[in-house]
Amino acid sequence: MARYILGRLAGLAFVLLTVSFLTFFLMYNTPGGPFEELNQPLSPEAKANIMRKYGLDQPFYVNWWNWLVNAVQGDFGMSYYYPNTRVVDLFNRYWGSSLMLGALAVAWSFPLGAVLGVIAALKRNTIIDQIITTFALVTVTIPIISLIFFGIAIFVIGLKWFGFNNGQPLYQQPPNTWVLPAFIFGLGTVGALTRYTRSGMLDVLGQDYIRTARAKGLSRAVVILKHAMRNMLIPLVTIFGPVLANAVTGSTFVEITFAIPGVGRFFLESIYTRDYPVIIFTVIIGASILTISNLLIDLAYTLIDPRVRLGGH
Amino acid sequence: MATETRSSVLPAGAKAGNAQSRVLSPTQIAWRRFRRNRLSIVGLGIVTLFLLTGIFAPVLSPYPYDQTNLFRAMRQPGTDPAHALGTDELGRDMLSRLIWGARVSLAVSVSATLIVVVLALVLGFLSGYFGGVWDYVLNRLFEVVGALPGLLFQILLMLLIGNGVLQVTVAISILGWPGLARLVRAQVLSFKERDFISASRSLGAGTVFIMSRHLLPNIINPLIVAISFAIPGYIGAEAGLSFLGYGINDPLPSWGKMVGAIGRYLSSPNYLYIGVIPTVALALLVLGFSFLGDGLRDALDPQSDRANF
Repeated sequence: MARYILGRLAGLAFVLLTVSFLTFFLMYNTPGGPFEELNQPLSPEAKANIMRKYGLDQPFYVNWWNWLVNAVQGDFGMSYYYPNTRVVDLFNRYWGSSLMLGALAVAWSFPLGAVLGVIAALKRNTIIDQIITTFALVTVTIPIISLIFFGIAIFVIGLKWFGFNNGQPLYQQPPNTWVLPAFIFGLGTVGALTRYTRSGMLDVLGQDYIRTARAKGLSRAVVILKHAMRNMLIPLVTIFGPVLANAVTGSTFVEITFAIPGVGRFFLESIYTRDYPVIIFTVIIGASILTISNLLIDLAYTLIDPRVRLGGH
Repeated sequence: MATETRSSVLPAGAKAGNAQSRVLSPTQIAWRRFRRNRLSIVGLGIVTLFLLTGIFAPVLSPYPYDQTNLFRAMRQPGTDPAHALGTDELGRDMLSRLIWGARVSLAVSVSATLIVVVLALVLGFLSGYFGGVWDYVLNRLFEVVGALPGLLFQILLMLLIGNGVLQVTVAISILGWPGLARLVRAQVLSFKERDFISASRSLGAGTVFIMSRHLLPNIINPLIVAISFAIPGYIGAEAGLSFLGYGINDPLPSWGKMVGAIGRYLSSPNYLYIGVIPTVALALLVLGFSFLGDGLRDALDPQSDRANF
């Protein structure tokens, strides 16, 4: 077990190294740079000074290496755009709102999706099943920008139930600024979860031990609650990884349309200002969340499903 | 999986004599199953309609998509007989832009799907069939690409290569293939040691023959289902990138960009149509594809509905 985890952590380090290298390549080769949008024109000497100060006269791999040496020591550098501000401090202002948004979305969508999926499986091929599966298909496939627009048109402009955020952190705001974003953000998860739970439950219900349990006289309720539900948890763990990663990194569209000061919106701003240290930090955080949650899920698998062995094929 | 079930679902007519005329081919059986689901027929209809709209956009659109007329800007749908769906803030005909938007949306999503499928087939085959170093290297590649935070990385990539139809297609497909490649790899792994493959190999069949004649037909069904769910995802991805301004270049319309144009006019309910029209089109096309995909899965994967409870 320890050996397996060590191996996976080495893989994780390799992935993050590669991702950071790719990101540096992209950043340093894009047209435009961090100090070209300044309002007043700079003299060539002053500009050269600035470029030298930030290492921008060096090729991207030199900057990548310097960044890497500092990053492994926990120093992610200073922002180019906000003078004298550490990237980590900047990030601290924004991730709270994203996290709250993601947590709210998961909090309502995960249980609802699981319940709907179980109901659909138990009532399979009835009208209830059809309604639920169609609802799931619709929510899972409609692009988030469509959902956001429908939401804004109906609930903000039409009914005036909710408002936009005013750029303050979400947790300092009244509920009418975050209920709608959290609802829209969670809709896709409901659909995905319903589909997963339904097919997982149908799989379990097709197993011989369920038939055996029924044949020996156990009631439907006992079989569902004791035998089926536990085994149905396994597919749910698989989807929890993508859901979690999406909850933390996927709220960009919701954030910019509702003016929520989260990480996604901040990333777009730093793209605009070419704030390289912020861009690389955000990408690395996103990649870390994705890879670490995948690792945790594989570990969780071994805990809940004794059939799964680590490392083997 | 697929080959085994094909023989087990022979229709009753096959047994009752008269076999010549009543035996159904696997395709016919799949079509029967597909037809049973009414929503998938609706999906097929929607997709066909939009495909035709996209293909014949130059003929169908009443105006050029970039023809501006500032004297007729912001006409609401139905108020101007010359513009059935109204005009946008530059006086461009909404209907024409919607029609061309379908072309852009489908061009990007279908060609991204083609790229992804080719990449997934090649890399999945290499990694699953040959194993060893191939498998190791390609698995590391899967891991790296799978770890890239999708939207953020796509935006960075778009900054480097610039806006445009081809560029969006590349940005979407570069991140899209690992899931499908894993699917191909898993299928190849599960089939390559089967007896019918060994038999074929012992008769002297080469690698290419085994791949194209034995492995590909067994992979094609799950692949078709995966594709039909990938396309709506790519349509959404294109719309999202264009919405953010990192997608299709002006003046070419994209539904995502058209939705994005509402931003400045959100305070006025009279101008909501600017966002409503492309949003509805986007949602309709995407739903069409996923209804179609749902029907295809029922038709091509007979194991999807098996329970004895």
